[in-house]
Amino acid sequence: MRPMSGKTLYDKIWDAHVVDTQDGEAILYIDLHLIHEVTTPQAFAGLRANRRAVRRPDRTLAVADHNVPTEGQALGVDAVADLEARLQLQTLGKNVEEYGIEYFPMGDIRNGIVHVVGPEQGRTQPGMTIVCGDSHTSTHGAFGALAHGIGTSEVEHVLATQTLRQKKARNFRVRIEGEPALGVGAKDYALAVIGQIGTAGGTGYVIEYAGSAVRALSMEGRMTLCNLTIEGGARAGLIAPDDTTFDYLKGRPATPKGGAWEMALAYWKTFFTDDDAVFDREIVLDAAQIAPTVTWGTSPEDVVAITGTVPDPAAAETPDKRASVERALDYMGLTAGQPITEAKVDVVFIGSCTNSRIEDLRSAAKIAEGRQVAAGVRAMVVPGSGLVSAQAEEEGLDQIFKAAGFEWREPGCSMCLGMNPDKLTSGQRCASTSNRNFEGRQGRGGRTHLMSPAMAAAAAIAGHIADVRDFL
Amino acid sequence: MEAFTRLDAPAAPLPLSNIDTDQIIPKQFLKTVERTGLAKGLFYEYRFDEQGVEKPDFVLNQPAYKGAGVLITGDNFGCGSSREHAPWALLDFGIKAVVSTSFADIFYNNCFQNGLLPVVLKAEQVAQLMDEARGGNHVVSIDLENQTVTSPSGATFTFEIDEQRKQKMLQGLDAIGETLIAAPSIDLYEQKRALDRPWLERA
Repeated sequence: MRPMSGKTLYDKIWDAHVVDTQDGEAILYIDLHLIHEVTTPQAFAGLRANRRAVRRPDRTLAVADHNVPTEGQALGVDAVADLEARLQLQTLGKNVEEYGIEYFPMGDIRNGIVHVVGPEQGRTQPGMTIVCGDSHTSTHGAFGALAHGIGTSEVEHVLATQTLRQKKARNFRVRIEGEPALGVGAKDYALAVIGQIGTAGGTGYVIEYAGSAVRALSMEGRMTLCNLTIEGGARAGLIAPDDTTFDYLKGRPATPKGGAWEMALAYWKTFFTDDDAVFDREIVLDAAQIAPTVTWGTSPEDVVAITGTVPDPAAAETPDKRASVERALDYMGLTAGQPITEAKVDVVFIGSCTNSRIEDLRSAAKIAEGRQVAAGVRAMVVPGSGLVSAQAEEEGLDQIFKAAGFEWREPGCSMCLGMNPDKLTSGQRCASTSNRNFEGRQGRGGRTHLMSPAMAAAAAIAGHIADVRDFL
Repeated sequence: MEAFTRLDAPAAPLPLSNIDTDQIIPKQFLKTVERTGLAKGLFYEYRFDEQGVEKPDFVLNQPAYKGAGVLITGDNFGCGSSREHAPWALLDFGIKAVVSTSFADIFYNNCFQNGLLPVVLKAEQVAQLMDEARGGNHVVSIDLENQTVTSPSGATFTFEIDEQRKQKMLQGLDAIGETLIAAPSIDLYEQKRALDRPWLERA
């Protein structure tokens, strides 16, 4: 298509994984397949019905995360009160045993949210193709891996063939340049990008994040940014690997050691976008212009700077847009023109595959330290994995949270999606570090405002949506 | 997978944009280990109030649209989660085609795995279908072979669709069986990969 230009990072990973093409569709080799309890039972049933084997159980890793309660995990699956959830967890246990797949079950210290566990174990590596039956698989792109969510039929396809049939997406680069203001980080960048391009803005593209502000992010920050890529409509987000990536990976359980490490490192360093590569679309954001950002509505594109006000439907460009703003305001219980900081919160949720890693917990603990959760607010912290939890406890973060009045819970997806006992009740307003503010996402009638961990901690202390900069 | 060739069915208008998969099938219905039986959860919060009583004003609760086989809806349908329960629920309810101006990527893919036809038309064509579907006669015809949608009044619109996807849909083909024809290529790739990237092989 563009024979004279160089290759993008996405082009390079793609080219390295094309096994064959059939009818113009590429058969792409998959290096790592992550699985969990919710989107796999029907895939294993399909394998069984067709007498097919799992081609590479060694390239597959299973966790239990969506359904698990965030307390009492030591009691095991048989103690899960919700019978349907219990059956789903038991089904996963049976399937991994039958097909010889490594599994970190509930209660294992290595278990946690699939997109926290993969990187933490060093399973996620640069230049890989990674899939999972979960749209937030885009998270792993932070390592320079092509990673995206798939449906259950595709899970079955990957189990059976270790490949996926794909048409190539277009290249989109998002550059974030410059120095952010104090209190601004990856979550604010991500919300700002989605606010600018809209929830369908990335449809049909793979997004590569670049620029000095992206380079300056830690791996945790990069994972937050790539995680939210799907909320802008792109299935995958990518960041070229660099020393930050390699330092993070070194010494993890599944990363190569000794001579193999050197060999892997040399390979990983080939994954970057050539200077003369051409992108189909590109936008540039100035990090210094991004304020701490929250959502006001029921779509991740409904963003507002913390100093801003709730939008007025009358200002909408089209009648459709106007109707959707009106519907969102009604659902959210907000009034046009109201400062967003006036919104009082009932619940604060710090967790999810977007923001439950050690750095996220540290930044929230910094705000919580020596302060108290406002009266009437339920605030909870849910670490992303047993290992994150253990590290936080070693650093004393759990004590800081508990002293401030936060609940310190066991790992899992928790209140991000309300598939387990952690849910909002109707009308409750939640400051949440998760990824979706859709109607009913965190519980029927629940009202979600997305924000960074530090901003969520500030909201817990203030009792309303608050500017983290007042707490620094 | 059931083949899709031609469909003549009542169409229900759902004029909302960005309908996400949490709206199509809320999380409490994802705990099943089956592919079937999800119709009860389709658009659950639109269809039922908190007591589980049907909301009479929601389109799919109106007698005229209870047997709808086509959904006419707004931009970016199916955004959000990768749950294949969304197409499963639509199909289980009896909806075999969705017409919109645009679909989210993962949902769009999932449709083709299950024989649910996502049809992309221009905004003014979707608007016309939406209008006509509100009227007394709301039977829409979709002909996949000829890539056309015919409105109740007889207006015919052509739509684009990837040729391979169309063929598989017409024949109800299973993707895994097709990929396994390329098994020798997968074997070769794995042998080369084991040499080039030995650290990815289990010791």
